[in-house]
Amino acid sequence: MSFNPLEYLFGDKASDQVVPPRGGAAWLTGFASAAMAFIAVFALTLSLAVERLADYWALDLARSATVRIVAQEADLAAQTEATLQVLRTTPGVKSAEIIDKAAQLELLEPWLGSSLPADTLPVPQLIDVRLGEPGPDVQSLQLRLSAEAPGAVYNDHSYWRAPVLEASNRLRLMVMISLVLTAVVTVIIVVLSAHNALASNQGIIRTLRLLGAGDSYIARAFVRRITLRATMGAVLGMVLAMIVVLTFPSQPEDGGLLAGLSLSGADFIYPLLVPLLVAISAFAASRLAARYHLHSVT
Amino acid sequence: MISLKNAGFSYGSRAILENVTQELAAGSFHFLTGPSGAGKTTLLKMCYLSLMPDSGKLEIFGQDVTALSREQITQMRRRVGVVHQDCQFLNHLTVRQNIALPLLVAGKNIEDNMDNLEDLLSWVEMDHRADAFPEEISGGERQRLALARAVIMDPDMIVADEPTGNVDWEMGQRLLSLLVELNKMGKTILLATHDLNLIRSIKGQVPASVLRLKDGQLNLAGARL
Ligand SMILES: Nc1ncnc2c1ncn2[C@@H]1O[C@H](COP(=O)(O)OP(=O)(O)O)[C@@H](O)[C@H]1O
Ligand SMILES: [Mg+2]
Repeated sequence: MSFNPLEYLFGDKASDQVVPPRGGAAWLTGFASAAMAFIAVFALTLSLAVERLADYWALDLARSATVRIVAQEADLAAQTEATLQVLRTTPGVKSAEIIDKAAQLELLEPWLGSSLPADTLPVPQLIDVRLGEPGPDVQSLQLRLSAEAPGAVYNDHSYWRAPVLEASNRLRLMVMISLVLTAVVTVIIVVLSAHNALASNQGIIRTLRLLGAGDSYIARAFVRRITLRATMGAVLGMVLAMIVVLTFPSQPEDGGLLAGLSLSGADFIYPLLVPLLVAISAFAASRLAARYHLHSVT
Repeated sequence: MISLKNAGFSYGSRAILENVTQELAAGSFHFLTGPSGAGKTTLLKMCYLSLMPDSGKLEIFGQDVTALSREQITQMRRRVGVVHQDCQFLNHLTVRQNIALPLLVAGKNIEDNMDNLEDLLSWVEMDHRADAFPEEISGGERQRLALARAVIMDPDMIVADEPTGNVDWEMGQRLLSLLVELNKMGKTILLATHDLNLIRSIKGQVPASVLRLKDGQLNLAGARL
């Protein structure tokens, strides 16, 4: 005989009328479950945002490199030319462009201000390198550069990429921990609420037993109540969280972390999974609690 | 139907029943009498599988109750209709829903049994109170509700614990005549009461015998009525 949870929950709609409806305490389960679902959806959205942002930065950084040339004024042009020559003949390099002085100063502006004496400031020559897929063989590229242009220093941004990846990994871990904790708390709430409901209906349980109700029938009445209440709460919490996320003011593409706080396409599956997971764990937890409780009392 | 062999029961160290041996034949009508606190309710509880004997043997429908599994006990409880001393209604359900409760917990379809349910309501003259709640009805109505609930599953045996305890003489007679009717349909009746007038009033209706419980002992009292 196969066990069908849907049949168990919805097969006999009258089954839970044997449990008296109770006001206050009963709603706390729904409310707590709504709060947990809200937090879970929010954590998921945040983690998706972090993921997207990390991908964006890591990919962008991975697809470019910079060559910095430090040399005597007289030598600079020749070395720059040699470097460009080397880069443009290296497989895996898409393009190599000189970043002119004005553009460099523009990049520095946020740090140094705009009133810089452009010609007196000793800035190194920079070359922006766009990498293909797969990228160049960095070691042989560096060897060739040091032979042709000793002042050229190749930098593939792995130095900046590592902390971005590290930070996003750490954030992902924290989100996972938060999700696990919300799941644990939800299960605890359900178990406590099942125990409370069973304990406060001792008399009714005894009567039902005498009238020929089996343990599974009685358990089912409680499980049904609690599962439906927790699931309804979770749906409500999920919907509220989604409203908050979807009405989040939109930001330009590079608006940092906040720009990513949105859902699109397949992302919607994750928040929708939250009430489903709540339903499954509420069902399992309340069923276990009820069976345990009913078996310990004769 | 029920067979007790040297059955004993005690609450803690306090013995209530000792070496009780008695047979109740199928289709018989038995009164169980004795002073208050003699253990009538305790004995009935064993008969409707709410308590198990501590010693000796109790067989119901030919099966040793101490050998039954949890599930088998549940199944057997459905074959015994009980009018509990304290009624045991679910106060959040209506009279009609309370009567239907044994069907509900046995997983039976209420719709299929609707005619039966309405017939029962009019048999105990409760049709006009069908949608009231247990706390809104009188003592006599409570007993009739309890009786209707006891017979909804068409049990082989009906156990009633002082059903006439809190009702006037006339209502007591009405309840007794319902039980007599059930007995005439072939159901075994075990009725606890300390009201001797009630016992005497059955004379000429159905053959019945009286079991007297005193000091932990059960004896067949006097002649058959
Ligand atoms: N759950 C219980 N725990 C301890 N003693 C009990 C319990 N139920 C009944 N008794 C005692 O057992 C005795 C028999 O009770 P009961 O069977 O209810 O008697 P009756 O129904 O004949 O009045 C009484 O003295 C009563 O106080
Ligand atoms: Mg009693």
